[in-house]
Amino acid sequence: MHILEANGINAYYGTNHVLKNINLQIKPHTITAFIGPSGCGKSTFLRMFNRMNDYIDGFRKEGEIIIEGNEIYNKQVRVEDLRKQVGMVFQKPNPFPKTIFENVVYGLTIRGEKDKKKLNEIAERSLRQAVLWDEVKDSLKKSALALSGGQQQRLCIARALAVEPSIILMDEPASSLDPISTAKIEELILQLKEKYSIVIVTHNMQQAGRISDNTAFFYMGELIEYDETSIIFTSPKHDKTQSYVTGRFG
Amino acid sequence: MKTKEKVIEFGLGLSALITILTTVGILWVLLVEAFSFFGKVSIIDFLTDTQWTPLFDEKHFGILPLVAGTLLTTFIAVLFALPIGLTIAVYLNEYAYPGFRKTIKPILELLAAVPTVVYGFFALQVVTPFLQSFIPGLAGFNSLSAGLVMGIMIIPLISSLSEDALYAIPKSLKEASYGMGATRFQTAFKVMVPAATSGIVVSVILAISRAIGETMIVAIAAGQQPRLTANPLVPIETITTYIVQVSLGDVPQGSIEYQTIFAAGITLFIFTFTLNSVSYWIKKKFQEKYE
Repeated sequence: MHILEANGINAYYGTNHVLKNINLQIKPHTITAFIGPSGCGKSTFLRMFNRMNDYIDGFRKEGEIIIEGNEIYNKQVRVEDLRKQVGMVFQKPNPFPKTIFENVVYGLTIRGEKDKKKLNEIAERSLRQAVLWDEVKDSLKKSALALSGGQQQRLCIARALAVEPSIILMDEPASSLDPISTAKIEELILQLKEKYSIVIVTHNMQQAGRISDNTAFFYMGELIEYDETSIIFTSPKHDKTQSYVTGRFG
Repeated sequence: MKTKEKVIEFGLGLSALITILTTVGILWVLLVEAFSFFGKVSIIDFLTDTQWTPLFDEKHFGILPLVAGTLLTTFIAVLFALPIGLTIAVYLNEYAYPGFRKTIKPILELLAAVPTVVYGFFALQVVTPFLQSFIPGLAGFNSLSAGLVMGIMIIPLISSLSEDALYAIPKSLKEASYGMGATRFQTAFKVMVPAATSGIVVSVILAISRAIGETMIVAIAAGQQPRLTANPLVPIETITTYIVQVSLGDVPQGSIEYQTIFAAGITLFIFTFTLNSVSYWIKKKFQEKYE
């Protein structure tokens, strides 16, 4: 049983054909890494899973994406509900200019949750899951912008966790962080695997190797190879994958 | 080459200096004449007397009625323009297609290019009769219609500057909100508008400042009767209208009547100077938050 299935995906920005006939399945409770050189379409593909490309002028797609049994581009699907089911963490930490607490519970307050006790519980649970609780438990009423970059990114992860999604998309979540913060984020992602399915776009091949179960290699809008991470990194079937993971181009 | 550079530098410096000197000069004239005025009229009377009748036999020099008239028209204008201007800004920023936004913004700004004398006649000849059709007792000259039309005039100021402020918020914040499953409306009013508050406040302050200094609309449509009232249906007089009235009249130079316009002028100057300084301070204090 797959939690996510993409069938025959083609995507275009205007006349630019950016994703070419992509088929891919993702199993629950796994970490899937998308790798490939800049402009290969991996971020575009990731952003289709929660329909973040909807507002981009000239974006057009063909094919279907099925998440937990539902075609997400179906007219009956409310994109707001989809994004509760499929959370996202972005490249640069993007906390709101609000307090730490307000940031964590944002997904609940916009859905009308007012119960103080429940909000407090969920905030604590999410911050603990994101391994941030001990650092911020005394400053929940302070601005999130006062946190360090690494803490902000973990706050954004906590914010995504608070609405209990089943899939979390991560678009190069550590690329703007220092090595120590990156290590923390990676450790956190590994822990999250127990409860969530994670899809992560990364430029960092070591990172993909360290944390993912499966890896998909994209090149010029095509899915060249998709397999277990150990296979992709040690004995890939395609020459292009081989040269990319060994750093011969990229 | 070197001398040429020096000449250019001198020329540029001189242009900058001329602007500053002009401002200083204006301020100087204002101060000198106002100082001489306050030699004859006590500043306490000026600030507390509730009548302004310097052109009558029985003279009173209380600025309050003029200040009240100015604030009343400004208040009506801002009350009208703020919700509309902000709605336009949010619409352009959150809902409109980029191409539409690029077209509509300059068109809106054209509203600010309409000569204010045209607005004044629009208020007097169109808006007042229209309002009179359903507001009984609305005088021919009144602050309501002048205020509303002044509101129309400052809408582009508010919408354009507020939209700039919203536009300056990093796109990543908008994405964060969408990514959490927020609607466009929630994103606009829970994330974008709060994040752009300082810029929006600056736009409103500049709009207030513009409305306080506005002359033609109120001179034409609001009347020339200094009156300490909050009733928007009756004729009033603003500081600017009074200055126009006296400047166009035939009061002899150096007389107390003549000097009143400088006292009124310096009052006006203090208002707008304070507002502009506050907006400058807010801009400075908050602008680097996201960089």
